[in-house]
Amino acid sequence: MKLTNLFRIAWRAIFRNKMRSFLTMLGIIIGVAAVISMIAIGQGSKQSIQSQIAGMGSNMITIRPISNVMGGVHVDNASVQSLTEDDILALKKQPEYLKDISPSVSARGQVINGSFNWNTTMQGVYPEFLTIRSWLVQDGSPFTTRDVKSAAKVCLIGQTILTNLFPDGDSPLGKNIRFKNIPFKIIGVLAKKGENTFGQDQDDVILTPVSTVQKRILAITTYQNIFLSAINEESTENASLEVQQIMRKSHNLPVGTDDDFSVRTQAELISTFTATSSILTILLAVIAGISLLVGGIGIMNIMYVSVTERTKEIGLRMSIGASGADILWQFLIEAIVISITGGILGVIFGITTTKLVTYFIHWPTLITTSSVVLSFMVCFVTGVFFGYYPALKASRLDPIEALRYE
Amino acid sequence: MNESIVDIKNLKRQFSIGGEVVHALNNVSFSIQKGEFITIMGSSGSGKTTLLNILGCLDKPSSGEYLLDGINMSDLSKTALAELRNTKLGFVFQSYNLLARTSAIENVELPLLYNNKFSTKERKEKAIQALEAVKLSDRMYHLPSQLSGGQQQRVAIARALVNDPVMILADEATGNLDSRTSYEIMMLIQDLNNEQGKTIVFVTHEPDIANFSKRTITLKDGKIIKDLINPTIQSAREVLKKLPPVIEPVTAST
Repeated sequence: MKLTNLFRIAWRAIFRNKMRSFLTMLGIIIGVAAVISMIAIGQGSKQSIQSQIAGMGSNMITIRPISNVMGGVHVDNASVQSLTEDDILALKKQPEYLKDISPSVSARGQVINGSFNWNTTMQGVYPEFLTIRSWLVQDGSPFTTRDVKSAAKVCLIGQTILTNLFPDGDSPLGKNIRFKNIPFKIIGVLAKKGENTFGQDQDDVILTPVSTVQKRILAITTYQNIFLSAINEESTENASLEVQQIMRKSHNLPVGTDDDFSVRTQAELISTFTATSSILTILLAVIAGISLLVGGIGIMNIMYVSVTERTKEIGLRMSIGASGADILWQFLIEAIVISITGGILGVIFGITTTKLVTYFIHWPTLITTSSVVLSFMVCFVTGVFFGYYPALKASRLDPIEALRYE
Repeated sequence: MNESIVDIKNLKRQFSIGGEVVHALNNVSFSIQKGEFITIMGSSGSGKTTLLNILGCLDKPSSGEYLLDGINMSDLSKTALAELRNTKLGFVFQSYNLLARTSAIENVELPLLYNNKFSTKERKEKAIQALEAVKLSDRMYHLPSQLSGGQQQRVAIARALVNDPVMILADEATGNLDSRTSYEIMMLIQDLNNEQGKTIVFVTHEPDIANFSKRTITLKDGKIIKDLINPTIQSAREVLKKLPPVIEPVTAST
């Protein structure tokens, strides 16, 4: 039996039942499209989280004070005043894996330029903060260590501040803005960074020397956070351990007590968030996979009905010379052609849906070749698997009985 | 001329139904020569359907010998039997058994699709020839639903002819048709027999159909009770001429 003839026979049979074949296909189309678009959405969000966290500086380490027990009461993190300049000095003393270091102190308040005002955060840092976060200064220049020493009233402003305080498009460089009634001279504008993974506007910030915020605004001597960078991405883990040791020593914590600070790396953040989105991807893929399975069962169901309905046709084909194997192949090929055609349409439909999702609701998506190949393979296997039993049933019919079937 | 197409010797076929053995065919022997036109007659239960199934290689005898064109079919596997049906036999059924929503020509070329020897072009040529032989060359692309009963049966006959079989088996082929159309079909079958020398075995229970054949085998209770050469063969063409003229029923056309 020539394969081309079998294909011709199967194709004619499918074409005779256009509507039913299409409806059977629809299950597969939706299944494949769902698998492809769901995996694309899952992968897209995973990739976007990864790149955004990496964009924050993948070798960045953050130290923050943690809730400690004071007289039996757990105290709010922010009110713990455990990070001091001594820690900075200790960390700066011959570190093995650390490169840059910058403390950070933030204050919220109203910032005013003439008739314009904006509520924002003023973050006091060292000049090294920019390197740690890999932030760039677009116009002007960053402040210097000398500015930190003198608690200079200079600042760098983010893009959001720029658009809200200078809506007319004037150059802000050299201008004074007031924050909590203190005038600050703008010496630079930060490049646009957009929102971070958590939806925070990273451009809604004013950077100023850390001492300025400490002395002139908050009147404190401690730090809220310390940002550090490891010498490279690979040594981040070692750097984080080194930081912990130095900090414990600096805080005189006896062996056996808990840390009164926490050290976090970006790698941890990445793994936490990608784990979440991996679970999401798997979940979406499983749901989509179920719809593909249901599509497969649809094929089996239709093929069974089709075998029963076409019993007489099968009898006729056998009487004019079709062998059991011919009939088996005919029905199997019908099932495979339906599932593969459905698969191809599903791939097209899935990719289109994914593009539309990105275009209209701006979700990040990523179509991977593996997801397309996988769903297509699953689809082929579905066709063979669910088509085999009905086809076997058809091939085992007795031609005499089948011809007499009404 | 004495070329034996069918040789049946001591053929038996029994079924066991509910523990009881039924002898559908009991010690049947006969042979069919090339170019014969035989009717097999008998009331229901006489074994004529069983005989037809065996002649058509759809069923195997319980014992005895059946040689079709020199091939002993008892030794063959199911697949080999299918091949035998495909190359040696043509079937015409009472209910036409055409594939629905499939054009006449595609229905006719169906047996050739199960034979590797024919190319697409040859298939089409042979199908056209067969349709010409049944005088339906103007209805090649009509669907069965667009054809009258008689025309559908002619398509079925063309399908039976397309593979140049050694024998055409017709099972009550006029059973669903009115008498005028029946005679038209009989005329066609007689022409195929007389002009093209096709061997035809026609199973029926209508005695007047038997008058058109050259030989009649009558079965009763699984045995041949009569095997007679028909001395006065009626011509279906003549019978048709004698019928009162009627307005041809308007057949469905595009």
